[in-house]
Amino acid sequence: MTDPVLEIRKLTKRFGALTVSDGIDFDLRPGEIHALIGPNGAGKSTLIKQICGELHPDAGAILFSGRDLAGEGSVARARRGLARTFQVSSVAPEFTALQNVVLAVQGASGATFRFLRPALGDAALTGPARAFMERVGLSGRENVPASILSHGERRRLELAMALAMEPRVFLLDEPMAGLGPEGSQEMTAILSDLRHEAPILLVEHDMDAVFTLADRISVLVYGRIIATGTVDEIRANAEVQSAYLGDDA
Amino acid sequence: MFRETTVNTALVAILVAVPLVAQAAGEPFIITLATKVAIFAMAGVGLNIALGYGGLVSFGHAAFFGIGGYAAGILASHAQSYTPLMTWPFAIGGTQQMLIIWPVALAASGIAALVIGALSLRTSGVYFIMITLAFAQMVFYFAVSWPAYGGEDGLPIYVRDKFPGLNTLDPLQFFAVAFACFLLAVLVSVVLSRSRFGLALQGARQNVERVRAVGIDPYRLRLVAFVISGMITGLAGALYADLNRFVSPSMLSWQTSGEIMVFVILGGVGRHFGPLAGAALFILLEHELGSVSEYWQFLLGLLLLLVVLFAHGGLIGVLTRRPHRD
Ligand SMILES: Nc1ncnc2c1ncn2[C@@H]1O[C@H](COP(=O)(O)OP(=O)(O)O)[C@@H](O)[C@H]1O
Ligand SMILES: [Mg+2]
Repeated sequence: MTDPVLEIRKLTKRFGALTVSDGIDFDLRPGEIHALIGPNGAGKSTLIKQICGELHPDAGAILFSGRDLAGEGSVARARRGLARTFQVSSVAPEFTALQNVVLAVQGASGATFRFLRPALGDAALTGPARAFMERVGLSGRENVPASILSHGERRRLELAMALAMEPRVFLLDEPMAGLGPEGSQEMTAILSDLRHEAPILLVEHDMDAVFTLADRISVLVYGRIIATGTVDEIRANAEVQSAYLGDDA
Repeated sequence: MFRETTVNTALVAILVAVPLVAQAAGEPFIITLATKVAIFAMAGVGLNIALGYGGLVSFGHAAFFGIGGYAAGILASHAQSYTPLMTWPFAIGGTQQMLIIWPVALAASGIAALVIGALSLRTSGVYFIMITLAFAQMVFYFAVSWPAYGGEDGLPIYVRDKFPGLNTLDPLQFFAVAFACFLLAVLVSVVLSRSRFGLALQGARQNVERVRAVGIDPYRLRLVAFVISGMITGLAGALYADLNRFVSPSMLSWQTSGEIMVFVILGGVGRHFGPLAGAALFILLEHELGSVSEYWQFLLGLLLLLVVLFAHGGLIGVLTRRPHRD
């Protein structure tokens, strides 16, 4: 069995009296999609924020390729290839779609302190950026300001930016949110293609998508992982049924 | 309405035409006013890099304007009195050569911007505004209480500093120097804003979380922008000292910071030629209305209010009437 790319050990995070991460153990193996499901407020987004360094855990460890990430900020972690998308789309609204992806390609290249050549005239940036946009189905929308893109297009733009970051791990926070059935299906197809790029930690409420995509599923309730298993195991799990699937589906 | 390049070209053409016509009409004072516009616009171009492209609302750019001015004033005063600037560990004398004064002004304001920026950029929003103001006030009080260079009274430059091949005492020739410096500053701002650095800087203004998430450190980005911004404003300060043949702490005052910000906001935040439009309008108002009534500042305030409330792109924005950032 291969070593996990991402390994989380006994992660604990409190907001005042509220324990949002309660001794979480979690891992992500090469080539897999590991879905994290759970009711609203369970602490899924907070877990992603701790992995990408936006929040710092009170206890526990996050290992990336066996290396403890403690003490590294979000910029350093992004440079290691932790590519995330946000629950609420987060792009540069005044930039065009292409400029947004170029920014991500530039971030991955590590060469930002260049002052002379126009970024948009640099084929080393725009070439890959256009290719990533094509992969998420945004061809032809390059010059549209991100603020004018539809909600679904913005979700895909975020994915293109994540792809542009030479990702070693995808951390996707509800990529289907607000997409509608058709949009979700398209997104499912894109994600199942992404797994060949890097393993995916997928936080998602859309159960059809989760059951289609996931190799494993973990269920988070009140900051605790109450079950981890294959799709069939989770479907059959009585505790999960009552805690989550029962009132949701 | 018009394309932005059309508006920019027209503005520059007017800035060049006014002193030429004034020269023909024998009105040197008008040439001096045009020179003042070019220098103020240049100070604004500097601030615009921090404010317009970086989203860094600095209320302390008078510090750089004044430090540039004092660099010129101090070097010139030593040259004029034939006293060395320092004798230990090695002797440095004063100079009246602009080509030596300018690098010194750039270095001095750049170092000041590096120090002020490094500390201020740890904060954001209203704290950033206040801390940049506080630093500028410290520099102001330092200049006021430093008797060696005139203290409160300021420092005269009896003969304007020299530029090889030109007679800088001739108003039109000095205008040409200031105008060339202004154009160069705009060129820097254009090239910078389109570069990789400029892309990331503008990205960080719009969404700093996103810039971090693609692995770019916004702090370093903003610090470099702040230093470049301070240097350009500093060079404008050196020219301003030469224009007036006088430096005083008023160049360092918070009113000066406010005025530089007014040029940028009036003209259009984040527009390359916005500071020119803003400075021109400012000088026009001051000159035309200032003689009629003391209340011209009230009118300026009203205009500023209108721009902030109804025309985010400032004057350039109104003339081009299309929200656009390049
Ligand atoms: N910065 C914060 N400060 C205090 N409480 C927070 C903060 N962020 C999230 N929470 C709380 O932590 C809990 C988990 O939030 P979150 O991780 O967003 O849940 P999920 O993504 O699973 O819906 C919620 O009760 C939320 O209100
Ligand atoms: Mg969430």
